Amino acid sequence: MRHIISLLMENESGALSRVAGLFSARAYNIESLTVAPTEDATLSRMTIVTRGSADVIEQITKQLNKLIDVVKVQDLTDGSHIERELMLVKVRATGDQREEMKRLTDIFRGRILDVSDRTYTIELTGPVSKLDAFLVAVDASNILETVRTGASGIGRGDRIMKI
Amino acid sequence: MELTGAEIVVSCLRDEGVKHLFGYPGGAVLNIYDEIYKQTAFKHILVRHEQAAVHAADAYARATGEVGVAIVTSGPGATNAVTGIATAYMDSIPMVVISGQVPTPAIGQDAFQEVDMVGITRPCVKHNFLVRDVHDLAATMKKAFYIAATGRPGPVVVDIPKDVTQHRCHYDYPKSVSMRSYNPTSKGHSGQIKKAAQMLLEAKRPMIYTGGGVVLGNAAAQVIELVRMLGYPTTSTLMGLGGYPSPDPLFLGMLGMHGTIEANMAMQHCDVLLAVGARFDDRVIGNPKHFAKEARRIIHIDVDPSSISKRVRVDIPIVGDVAQVLDEVIKLLQADTTKPDAQSLKAWWAQIELWRAQDCLKYDRAAAVIKPQFVIEKLYEVTQGDAYVTSDVGQHQMWAAQYYQFDKPRRWINSGGLGTMGFGLPAAMGVQLAFPDAMVACVTGEGSIQMNIQELSTCKEWNLPLKVILLNNGYLGMVRQWQEFFYEERYAESYMNSLPDFVKLAEAYGHVGITVDKPEDVEPALRDAFGKYKDRLVFLNFLTDPRENVFPMIPAGKGLSEMILL
Ligand SMILES: Cc1cc2nc3c(=O)[nH]c(=O)nc-3n(C[C@H](O)[C@H](O)[C@H](O)COP(=O)(O)OP(=O)(O)OC[C@H]3O[C@@H](n4cnc5c(N)ncnc54)[C@H](O)[C@@H]3O)c2cc1C
Ligand SMILES: Cc1ncc(C[n+]2csc(CCOP(=O)(O)OP(=O)(O)O)c2C)c(N)n1
Ligand SMILES: [Mg+2]
Repeated sequence: MRHIISLLMENESGALSRVAGLFSARAYNIESLTVAPTEDATLSRMTIVTRGSADVIEQITKQLNKLIDVVKVQDLTDGSHIERELMLVKVRATGDQREEMKRLTDIFRGRILDVSDRTYTIELTGPVSKLDAFLVAVDASNILETVRTGASGIGRGDRIMKI
Repeated sequence: MELTGAEIVVSCLRDEGVKHLFGYPGGAVLNIYDEIYKQTAFKHILVRHEQAAVHAADAYARATGEVGVAIVTSGPGATNAVTGIATAYMDSIPMVVISGQVPTPAIGQDAFQEVDMVGITRPCVKHNFLVRDVHDLAATMKKAFYIAATGRPGPVVVDIPKDVTQHRCHYDYPKSVSMRSYNPTSKGHSGQIKKAAQMLLEAKRPMIYTGGGVVLGNAAAQVIELVRMLGYPTTSTLMGLGGYPSPDPLFLGMLGMHGTIEANMAMQHCDVLLAVGARFDDRVIGNPKHFAKEARRIIHIDVDPSSISKRVRVDIPIVGDVAQVLDEVIKLLQADTTKPDAQSLKAWWAQIELWRAQDCLKYDRAAAVIKPQFVIEKLYEVTQGDAYVTSDVGQHQMWAAQYYQFDKPRRWINSGGLGTMGFGLPAAMGVQLAFPDAMVACVTGEGSIQMNIQELSTCKEWNLPLKVILLNNGYLGMVRQWQEFFYEERYAESYMNSLPDFVKLAEAYGHVGITVDKPEDVEPALRDAFGKYKDRLVFLNFLTDPRENVFPMIPAGKGLSEMILL
């Protein structure tokens, strides 16, 4: 099962390597990991997308909680939540393709950020599945470069993770 | 008044009540050593290799329950300490290791004797710190001791750049620590505890399985009270030995790979299992799939939530401190008028006695060569069970665990989780320094002792009258045993050629050395060591049966009922 785990941790140097090191040392799967400071500069918020059986996910949350710098851990997949990822894609755009790429970008509610006579650079945000779908829709041979941030997640409504 | 960073380090140790600091100097810690030189609050023990400093501090903690402290220089000093740190980590030992670091402006420049200590030790510490600012130094030291000793204990590294030891600031040792990110649970959930008491009373084939957590959590008294009150069979892991008195008939001996038949069979066939501060290690339950074949309900008390349901699913998890949780359990049981079903318990004990009657720890007592088991039995007799026994890793370790009847906690001091050869001698030093008048024996092998033999020199400097009990079988015996059983007797590199003359070696270091090669000389030699040479370090070189194996044995990956017996 795919899980999105959110955590708040002390914004200390090395805190990220503790989390990354934990995942590699214990052979946990890691699909993406994003991190940045929060409105409280002493705290960082991290979103980790991982996969594993219920037992493995239980161990992952316990092991994360055990890290001394980690203040709070929440498995967002336990309740309703929103997840978003940002992607920048550079695609080949020549001749007829230029119109086609623009149309696809509109359908996926993306934006063209940069244009050259042979390329478009497109910005897309959305759930991971939407970004995946866009990449399928654009023929692979037209993709020159992709950059994805990995998912960020937050609970819906009153589900708030704060200390 | 403003103090330098070096003065602050020493003041923190003093204010923390540290009495012994184990270490080795070098460039990055010279400022700190200069302050160590000027103070009298604690003793510094100069070892001969940094690994030994850390093992000694570790064993000091195991024997006393206090936080052990070691100090090493940057670079090679720090890397030499890593094995010791990992050893303490695997066995959850409270320890603070101070390492020197290159000056902050030089960090990351591949400076002389620079290693990323925080990076290197990250996977084998409870936590670590790099102190970049002298203003954070005292608070960090306080946190280090607090983190090391609370919750599930463990080693904490404090890495201090040299310039920080020169910078000055106001010193004030914090009285307490509060951390929003670290609040270990000690009181168990009362609803869960109630359910546990209930389940214990319903058991028809109960079993109590205790581990290192009983020793670490100082809960031996509670375990004894609970076991005696219920009359339930009890076993212990290697790490929990002494938590419940071994000679007691309710005790079935150690369980696991080299555990007794009665302990392993009762573990496999019980219907209610109470696990107390034990972590279902692979050397204990063998293959978890085989273990799960028999249905049983499990109650698991552990201070670390991640120890629970890690390898085995449990029915009643209780996160909390063993002593506190057991106090609650005992209170509930005392108030409850229901008693365990006497009939079933009797039948269960009858079954256990049949297993016990197989006498799985028997060995050839009439042999013409010295049997290693015999040496340990005699050691037990001569010391009247009152010694601190440290050990190295191998067959001798298992024999010490099986044949020395530990009846008090903190007396059996060994590396279980990491299995570090070279632990025994420095560990014995740490214990002897903590308890100068106690009998301390280091049970070792000729392979292991050579991994930290240089410490005989430290022992001389401090006149430590510990006894080295070398079970010299001429082999890396535990390796040889596996090769005999599982590699068709291809003894690849498990024979040690050209061993030193251990008697001369001991004498060269200024100690007493005795070689014993006949069974009838074993006891007199031990009596001399603890009698006539009471105040000397005695190195006893027992030439033991080179072919002896440790039984019972469960091959790796097999189940608890698949034991190989003598
Ligand atoms: C050659 C060799 C052979 C071995 N053979 C065996 C064998 O046959 N049998 C055997 O048992 N072991 C054997 N071992 C040791 C084995 O590798 C493990 O180290 C050992 O079994 C672990 O013991 P434990 O489960 O008690 O856990 P420990 O490592 O002692 O862990 C203690 C547990 O208690 C918890 N705890 C700590 N403090 C508290 C507290 N205050 N309150 C509550 N919980 C607390 C911790 O969170 C942890 O989960 C062998 C080792 C070697 C080197
Ligand atoms: C540092 C280290 N290296 C290797 C091992 C693997 N090992 C485990 S037991 C053992 C043999 C130990 O030999 P010895 O000290 O003579 O003890 P014996 O088994 O003969 O009693 C070895 C090599 C280890 N545990 N630790
Ligand atoms: Mg040997």
